[in-house]
Amino acid sequence: MSKLLIRRLLQMALIMLCVSLLLFSIFDSDQFRKKVAVAELGGFGASTLSEGDYHAWIARKGLDVPFLTRYRHWLEHIAEGDLGQSLEKDIAVSTLLKESLANSAILAFFVLLIMVPLSLTLGVLAGMKEGSALDRNISFLAIVTTSIPQIATAVILTVVLALGLGWVPAKSVMTQGWSFRALVLPLLTLLLYDVGYIVRMTRAAMVEVMASQYIRTAVLKGLPYRRIIWKHALRNALTVPATLIFLELNGLLSQVVVVEVFFQYAGFGRMLFDAANFGDVQVLQAATLVAVAVAVLSQLLSDAAYAFLNPRVRLN
Amino acid sequence: MSFPPNIDAAPILECRHLSVCYDSRAGSVPAVVDFNLTLERGEAHGLVGESGCGKSTIALAIMRHLGRSGRIAGGQILFQGRDILAMSAEELRRTRGAAIAMVYQEPMASLNPSMTVGEQLVEVPMFHDGCTRPEAQTRARTMLERVHMTDGERIMRAYPHQISGGQQQRIVIAMALLSHPRLLLLDEPTTALDVTVEAGIVDLIREISAELGTSMLYISHNLGLVRAICDRITVMYAGEAVEVGVVSRVFGAMRHPYTLGLIASMPVPTADKTSRRLEPIPGQPPTPRDRPPGCGFGPRCAYFVPGRCDQETVPLRDLGGTEGEGLRGDHDLAAHDLAAHDLALRLHASRCLRIAEIPWNAPPMSTPAPASPPAGEVVLAVEHLVKRYHKVQANDALTFDARRGETVAIVGESGCGKSTLARILMGLTPATSGSVRFRSLELSRLPVTRRSTKTLRGLQMIFQNPFDTLNPSHTVGWQIARVIRKFGVEREEPRVGARVRELLDLVRLPHEIAGRRPRQLSGGQKQRIGVARAFAGNPALVVADEPVSALDVSVQAAVIDLLMDIQRRHGTTLLFISHDLSVVRHLADRIIVMYLGQIMEQGRTLEVFAPPYHPYTEALLAAVPIADPRISKRAVLLKGEIPSASSPPLGCRFSTRCSYRIAGTCDTRAPPVQEFSAGHRVACHLPREQLLAMRPVFEETTT
Amino acid sequence: MISLLALIWSPLLAYVMFGPALGTAAPYVLLPAIPSVIVLYVMAVRRWRESGVAVLGVTLVCFWLLMAVSAPYLPLHDPDKPILPLMLPGSIAHGMRFLLGTDMRGRDILSRTLWGSQRILVWGITATSVAYAVGGACGLIGGYLGGWWDEMMSFAANVLLSFPVMVLFILVLNLLGQSGFNIIIAVTCSSAPVIMRIVRGLTLEARSRDYIQAAQTRGEHPLWIMLVELLPNVRGPIIVDSCLRLGYTTAAITTLTFLGLGLQPPDPDWGLMIKEAASTAVLWKYSYMVIAPALALSSLILGFNLIADGLREMSLRD
Repeated sequence: MSKLLIRRLLQMALIMLCVSLLLFSIFDSDQFRKKVAVAELGGFGASTLSEGDYHAWIARKGLDVPFLTRYRHWLEHIAEGDLGQSLEKDIAVSTLLKESLANSAILAFFVLLIMVPLSLTLGVLAGMKEGSALDRNISFLAIVTTSIPQIATAVILTVVLALGLGWVPAKSVMTQGWSFRALVLPLLTLLLYDVGYIVRMTRAAMVEVMASQYIRTAVLKGLPYRRIIWKHALRNALTVPATLIFLELNGLLSQVVVVEVFFQYAGFGRMLFDAANFGDVQVLQAATLVAVAVAVLSQLLSDAAYAFLNPRVRLN
Repeated sequence: MSFPPNIDAAPILECRHLSVCYDSRAGSVPAVVDFNLTLERGEAHGLVGESGCGKSTIALAIMRHLGRSGRIAGGQILFQGRDILAMSAEELRRTRGAAIAMVYQEPMASLNPSMTVGEQLVEVPMFHDGCTRPEAQTRARTMLERVHMTDGERIMRAYPHQISGGQQQRIVIAMALLSHPRLLLLDEPTTALDVTVEAGIVDLIREISAELGTSMLYISHNLGLVRAICDRITVMYAGEAVEVGVVSRVFGAMRHPYTLGLIASMPVPTADKTSRRLEPIPGQPPTPRDRPPGCGFGPRCAYFVPGRCDQETVPLRDLGGTEGEGLRGDHDLAAHDLAAHDLALRLHASRCLRIAEIPWNAPPMSTPAPASPPAGEVVLAVEHLVKRYHKVQANDALTFDARRGETVAIVGESGCGKSTLARILMGLTPATSGSVRFRSLELSRLPVTRRSTKTLRGLQMIFQNPFDTLNPSHTVGWQIARVIRKFGVEREEPRVGARVRELLDLVRLPHEIAGRRPRQLSGGQKQRIGVARAFAGNPALVVADEPVSALDVSVQAAVIDLLMDIQRRHGTTLLFISHDLSVVRHLADRIIVMYLGQIMEQGRTLEVFAPPYHPYTEALLAAVPIADPRISKRAVLLKGEIPSASSPPLGCRFSTRCSYRIAGTCDTRAPPVQEFSAGHRVACHLPREQLLAMRPVFEETTT
Repeated sequence: MISLLALIWSPLLAYVMFGPALGTAAPYVLLPAIPSVIVLYVMAVRRWRESGVAVLGVTLVCFWLLMAVSAPYLPLHDPDKPILPLMLPGSIAHGMRFLLGTDMRGRDILSRTLWGSQRILVWGITATSVAYAVGGACGLIGGYLGGWWDEMMSFAANVLLSFPVMVLFILVLNLLGQSGFNIIIAVTCSSAPVIMRIVRGLTLEARSRDYIQAAQTRGEHPLWIMLVELLPNVRGPIIVDSCLRLGYTTAAITTLTFLGLGLQPPDPDWGLMIKEAASTAVLWKYSYMVIAPALALSSLILGFNLIADGLREMSLRD
C-alpha cells in the first residue's frame, strides 16, 4: 500500500508543479501585469498606460529577467510565506487568506459534521431494501434536493426562513461579531445539495452490496439480519462514500463561492470572487493556488482512505 | 404445528409437487413445474440439466431464498418432515447454515472481500451453536484440516483474494460443514475451477459424504461429476424432472429420450472421431415463456408422435407402471420401513409416454464420421516461440507444426499460455523471440495492422464466449457482410447478400437470422455465426479458442460436428484450443499438452491418450469426469494447485505437483524431450522404461 | 432520436444567436421545431414507459423544450417591455392580467420565465455537446490506443480536475472575458476531463471484448473500430451521464449568470431573474418574484436528473 501512496504522492506533486507553472504563466502575462501596473502607478485602465511607463515599471520591479528565473523567484517567495500584496485592501495576501480560509473552514466543518452521519444513515437505510417505500421516499427526496441549484435554494431559504418566518438573519455579514444563527442559511444551502448527493451515492453502493453473492452467503449461513448489515454489508458499502466525502472538499470549495457571495459571508469563496471582480491579481493567483492545493490534498486523502478500507488494495 | 412421530424415520428432504414461478413485468413465468424428490439420510442425489432448466432454482427454493421476483407457486418442501414454507423467519434463520448448508458456484464472489476468512468461518458456530470465539476458532481450524488445508493459521488470517480459487471453494465447503448440517446443497461447486483442481474438490465431497453421512443435493450440468458423487439422479429439462433413478440405471439403461440424447451428445475420452460421431440433440431448449404443450422435450425428440406427445401434460411414471408421485409423495410415515426405503432407491421413473415403444437398446444411430483426408503440406510452423509479459513467461520455447486439413488441439489449464499463443498467431501481441511461419510468411512479430488482406483472410479465429463474440449493436447479417467486403470476397451488394446466405447455409441457420441482433440468438446460434464469420474468406488456418466450452452439452455437439464438417470440406487446418480432453479426443488429429507456458507432451491423438503418458497428461486424463458406466478410470494423485505463472518452479514446471518427482533432478534441471514414435514427444526426467510401463487411465468394460 | 434533437436544437440556436439579424422572419425558424418536440415526447414516453421516473423527467424537459420553441407564438406580453413595476401575482393593469406579477422594472414575470427557457436550453445543450465531443474523443482515443497519448491526456485531465470547478470558471472567464462562447470553453474545461475518464473507462472495458478482437483480426482501421464497433456499445452509460451533465451544466450556467460572470442582460434569463429579484426581494411581500425562475430552473434540472435515474434503473434491470 505504501508503494501505491508514494506513487500517488509523486503524481500529486507533479500536478501541483504543473498547476503552479500554469497559474504563474497566466498571471505573468501582459494582460494581468498591466492591471497590476495600473493599480500601482495610478490611472484609469490598461489602455491609458503608455508602453514606456509600463516598461519602466517592469524594470523597477525586477521583472525583466527570463521567465524561468521569475518563476523561481515567485516559488521562493511562496516558500517564505510571501504571497504578495492585495491591491484592493493593501494588506499581505497571506493575512487575507488566513482569515478567509478560517471562516470557510468553520462553515465546512459544520457541513461535514452534519452531512456525514446524516447522509450515510439515510443512504444505508434506503439501500438496505431496494424498492421499499422508505427507499423510494429517500431516493426521490435526494434527487429533488440535488436538482435544485444552490442559487435557487439560497433564495428560497432566505424568503421562507428569514423574510417569512424571521427566524434567522438573511445575510451572514456578522458585523456584530460571530453568531451561529447567521451561519444557518449558508449551512442549510450547502447541506441540502451535499446530503442529497452523498445519500444517492451511498444508496447505490449499498444496493449493489445487498445484491452481491457474499450477502446471499451470509443470509444462507443463517446470520441475524443485524449482523448481516453491520458486519457484512456496511464495511463494503461505505468504502465508496467514505472516499467521496473527502472528494467533497473539492466540491465545497466551488460551492462556497456561490453561497458566501450570496449571504455575504467573509470566507474564502467571497474573497476569491471579489478579487476576480476587482482585478486583484495577486490575491486571485494565491487563492487559486491554495484552492488547488486543498483539492489535491483531498484527493490524496481520499486515495488513502480507499486503500485503507479496501483489503484488496491495502494488502497488495 | 405437529411433529411427525419419528423424526429420524422421515427422509431428510422431500419435495412434493413443488412449483416455482418468477414474476416479471410480462407476467408470471414458471421455472420449476411439479417437482418431486425424496432424499434419504446419507444419500447423495444429483440434479442435472442444461442451463435454464430450473436446477438452481430448486436449491434456492429449498433455502426459501428466491429473491423478490421468485415465488413458490405450489407444493411442499419437507425438511425432516417439517414444512420449510411454513417456518417463521426466526426458525428459517436457525435452519439455514446450520441444518441446511449450501456451497456455491463462484467461491470468490461468495466470500466477503473485506472480512478475513477466519472471521467468516467462526461466525457460523458462534451464531448457531452459541460457541465462544476461542471455541469457534478451534472448530474452524479443525474443519480446515478436515478439508485438507494444512496452513490453517495463515488461512484464517487471510482475506479471500489472497488465496486461490480451489482454496476458496474448500473454505466455502468448510463453512458449510461447520455446524454439522443434515443436508448440503451444492450448486455447481466446481464449474469455475480448472479440471485438476475440480478433481480434488470432487474427492473431498465424496470423502465428506462417506465419513459424515451428510445428505447431499448435488447440482451440475456435468453428468460425469454426478456419476462420481451421487447415488441417485434426477434429470431436469425445461423445469421438469424427466427421469429419476439410481445413477447406474439412468446412465446405463435410460428410459427418456432426453437422457439418451444427452449421453449420445457427450464426448467420451475413449472414443475418437473415427469411431463415433457426436449426436447432437436438434434445436434448443424452450424458454420458460414458450414451453410447448404436452411433453416439453417433444419438439427436439426423435421419437415424437404428433397428436400424442403434444396433447396433455406427461406424468412422471415409474417403470413398474405406477405413477411416480403416488409412490413417494403421500407415503405413510408409519409404514416407512426398510422395504420402502429400498423401493425409493430402486425407483426408476421417466416422464415419457412411449417408454415401451422406443428401442432403448438399439445401437447408436450414428455412423462413424468419414475419415479425414490425409494431412497435406505444413501450413503453420512454430519454432522456439517465447513470449514474456514483464516477469511472466507466458510461452516458453514452443515448437510444433500443423498441416493442411489437420486438426491440432492445444490442451491445458488456466495459465498454460494457450490463449497467449492464439494472440501471437493473430498478431494481437508480438512474440518475444522465436518464429511463427504461416505458409512461409514470418508472423511472430507482424502485428495485425500490418498484415495483408490475403494473410488476414487466410488466418481467422473463432472466439470462446458466445455472448461476446458478436457485436451487440449490429445485425448478424451486417457483421458477416462486413467480413465479406473487408476481405474482398464479393463487392457488389446482391452478391454480398448471396454470400451471406451461403454462409448461413453452411452453418445450418435459417436465412432470416441475418436480420436479427445477437441478443435475439441463443448461445449455440451465436457461436455458429462466429464460425460463419471465420470461414467467410475461406481461411487456410482457423484458430478456435475454446469455442464450445460455454455451451450446453447438447448444443456443444452440434457446433463440434459443424466445425469438423466444414473443415473437412474445405481442407482447413484447425488449431483447437481447449481444456477439455474428451472434446479434444473427438476432433483432434494431434494433441499438444501445455502446462505453465511449456509443452509437456505432443503426439497423435491415440498416442497421447495411451501410455506412455507425461505425468501431467496422466493426471489430466484421470481428472476427466465420465458419465458412461461402462468406463472405469484409475485415480491419479495430484498435489497442490497450479503455481503462479509469474514465478514458475525451477527445473520441470510440473515438478511441484508431480507424484513421480525425482527430488534433486526434476526441481533443478529442465527435463529432456524423449521421443517415443515419430512426433510423439514427452518432456520428462523419468526413465524411458518407467514411462513405457504406465498403465492406461481408462478401461472399458464391454458388458 | 438524435436527428429529432438536432431538429429542435438547431432552429433554437439560430433563433437565439441570430434572432435580431433575422428580423421579422425569426419566429418562422422555430416552426419545424414545435412538432419535433411533440414527436420526441411521444417517442420517449413510449420507449421508457416502464419507468415512471423517466416519464416524469421527460415530461418536465419536454415542457420546457416546448415553451422554448413556441414562446414567440404564445399569447404572452413582451418580456422586455416595462409595463408597471412591482405588481403582485394576478393583478390586472391596462386591461391585461399578470398571472405571476411583474418585476421591479415592470416586466411580466410569466412571460420572462417562459422566454428564459430558450437561452438556458440553447447554451446548456451546446456547452454539454461541445464538452462531450472533446471529452468523448479524448476518452475513446486514450482508452483504445493507450500508450503515450493516453498518459498525456490523462495527466492533462488530472491537472484540470484538480481545480475546484467554480475556481476554474472564474479563472477562465477572467482570462478570456465574459461571453457565451467563453462559457462553453469554461464548461468544456471542467466537464471534458470527467467525460474523458468515463468514456476511457468504458472503452478500456469494451476493448478486451471478443468482437473487438474479431474486428482487429480482420484488419479494421482503429478509427472504424472506435466509431463503428466500440461507440455504439458504450452509448448506454454515456446517455445516462449526458443527462446528468446537462443538469450540472444548466445549474453552472445560471450560477455564473447569477454571479454576473456569464450571459449579460437584458434578454430574459433565469439566473438574471433570480439575481435581480434577490437584490430587490428584501421584503416578504416581493418574494413572489424569485419563486417562478427558481422553480423553473429546478424543474428543468430535476427533469434531466430523473431521466438519468430512470434510464440507469432500466439498464440495471435488464
